[in-house]
Amino acid sequence: MEQDIVFLTLVGMMAVTYVPRLLPVLMLSSRRLPPLVVAWLRQVPVAVLAAMLFPALFVQEGRIDLGLDNLFLWAAVPAFLVAWKRRSFFATVIVGIVVVAVARLVLGVHS
Amino acid sequence: MEIESTRHGVLTGVSRALPVVLGYVPIGLAYGVLAQKAGLSTLNTLLMSLIVYAGSAQLIAVGLFAGGAPPLSIVLTTFVVNLRHLLFSAAVAPFLQRWRKIDLAAFAYELTDETFAVHSAQFATEGVPGRAEVFATNVTAQVSWVFGTALGILVGRVIADVKPLGLDYALPAMFVALLVLQIEERVQVAVALLAGVVSVGLLLAGLDQWNVIVATVIVATVGVVLEQWNRT
Repeated sequence: MEQDIVFLTLVGMMAVTYVPRLLPVLMLSSRRLPPLVVAWLRQVPVAVLAAMLFPALFVQEGRIDLGLDNLFLWAAVPAFLVAWKRRSFFATVIVGIVVVAVARLVLGVHS
Repeated sequence: MEIESTRHGVLTGVSRALPVVLGYVPIGLAYGVLAQKAGLSTLNTLLMSLIVYAGSAQLIAVGLFAGGAPPLSIVLTTFVVNLRHLLFSAAVAPFLQRWRKIDLAAFAYELTDETFAVHSAQFATEGVPGRAEVFATNVTAQVSWVFGTALGILVGRVIADVKPLGLDYALPAMFVALLVLQIEERVQVAVALLAGVVSVGLLLAGLDQWNVIVATVIVATVGVVLEQWNRT
């Protein structure tokens, strides 16, 4: 992709990121969002994260892959346990990366 | 006195950001490396960390750029992924009613999952500190993110492949962390499972690049219904 188009995409990304960050803090000092909107927005983080996570874990090369060599799927198990037990964002990411790196280097899993 | 207390506030603010820095430098590095491999110029790679400044959205965007996704789809995905900031912003709004609009605008620019976590905990327990302290936390966090990005750009020039380092797992691992940390009620487990399954289904059905947005909108709506149901 042309770097000019990348730049324009970045400007668009900035706008759609900044507006949701800015509007509530500017406008909610006197007003409140309708309860139904708040209820819907509360569901968004979990829904969007799962919608991104599942394909990354379960789909490899356009197909569902539950095989033992699907490293991304099985590395999620220790990452999940660390996130659950330690409640640490940083530790989870590091454990996930290290498990994948070690599996590739030591065990020779190629995926 | 005034200068002394401002200096103290800045130092306190910086120290509050340190746990965030520990997370931002390595993940910023992963972003920097992956952005280089996706074919983004050095300038655009740094610019994204400066003007978008949203960790998970940046890593997702890099994946979409690498896959040749259309710009509109990248912008829309970013919008949906970052929509959660509406909630963060709404949650801190009552604490910042006495701030000037220009300060609110600057504060909102650097409102991320992690800075929100730091501020909301503090605002609720100790009250709102001086602006110098709040901004010191935010600026320190973003500087560490940009610093990590720059390191990643340098590392990306040296290493040929990110796979042996496991850096291509930064994003899935981050999703695992964010997802698990978000889940507090049983309804949310159902929402997560349903959104994941719908997203995979849409992807396999050929709705490439749009599966995340469509699954999120459908399942968030279902989640609202489930929640009302559960209550009555």
